Amino acid sequence: MNWGEFFAMKGYGFYVWGSYGVALLIFIIEIALVRHKRIITLQQLRLLRDAENEE
Amino acid sequence: MTINWFKYSAPSTFYGLAGKLVPWFAWLSAILFATGLYIGFFVAPTDAVQSEAYRIIFIHVPASIMSMFLYLIMAGYAALGLVFNTRLSSMMASALAPTGALFAFISLWTGALWGKPMWGAWWVWDARLTSELILLFLYFGFIALHASIDDPRRADRASALLAILGSVNVPIIYFSVKWWNTLHQGSTVKFTGTSMHVAMQQAMFITLTACWLYAIAITLARVRSIILERERNTQWVDELPEVRS
Repeated sequence: MNWGEFFAMKGYGFYVWGSYGVALLIFIIEIALVRHKRIITLQQLRLLRDAENEE
Repeated sequence: MTINWFKYSAPSTFYGLAGKLVPWFAWLSAILFATGLYIGFFVAPTDAVQSEAYRIIFIHVPASIMSMFLYLIMAGYAALGLVFNTRLSSMMASALAPTGALFAFISLWTGALWGKPMWGAWWVWDARLTSELILLFLYFGFIALHASIDDPRRADRASALLAILGSVNVPIIYFSVKWWNTLHQGSTVKFTGTSMHVAMQQAMFITLTACWLYAIAITLARVRSIILERERNTQWVDELPEVRS
């Protein structure tokens, strides 16, 4: 079996890789969003603290 | 040895514990995904009826199972928060909802891509598909309701009620293929055993475990930000090294 045949999935390549591709994309986006949320949350906490210190 | 479980129900201790656990669950999940998909694509044989298209099963079935289990866990945490007024339980419910919704979406998406070549339709209004779509909307409803109420404790209570009422839908999804005459096939894996090839079974159970570990890792990572946001007026948050810097 060569790679071309493997990716063709006997004609079902679009359906099989469309399934796994979108699932992988969703996982990557979710991980990026959670990381981004942590950075933003920490930034906000520091801003709030600095604002309180200035008062 | 006795472990004080209540210690970890305090957001301050759970925050640190969750941070330590995330990388372990994440890496284990990645390793199991790689192993499961290797077996699924290179060891498991071609299906006699569905040819190579059946290989969608290794993501479709785990994602569907996760979407249902995560809903029940979310409703369970929401109920705990409602009854015992524990802050962390409600935060866990909020942290689980987006991941549950994404698994429900993956289930519907991969189902559509499997339905087209096998049934000739991307979508049919069959009981299994419709009840899974309702599950996705229940997740959206939970997230939207929680976001629409400013006071977080009131938001917790209102969305907890929605989560608990909506959990009726989960057994409906599970039994839909028995109760109604559906285009969607019945359960391949039953409590009494299965007719699947052993490599197919192994691949599916490994990717299912990988999905579990992924869900745990991402939920713990997400709940840490929720804890920080909602506990921002406490001293322990001010004293965290990542906040002080």
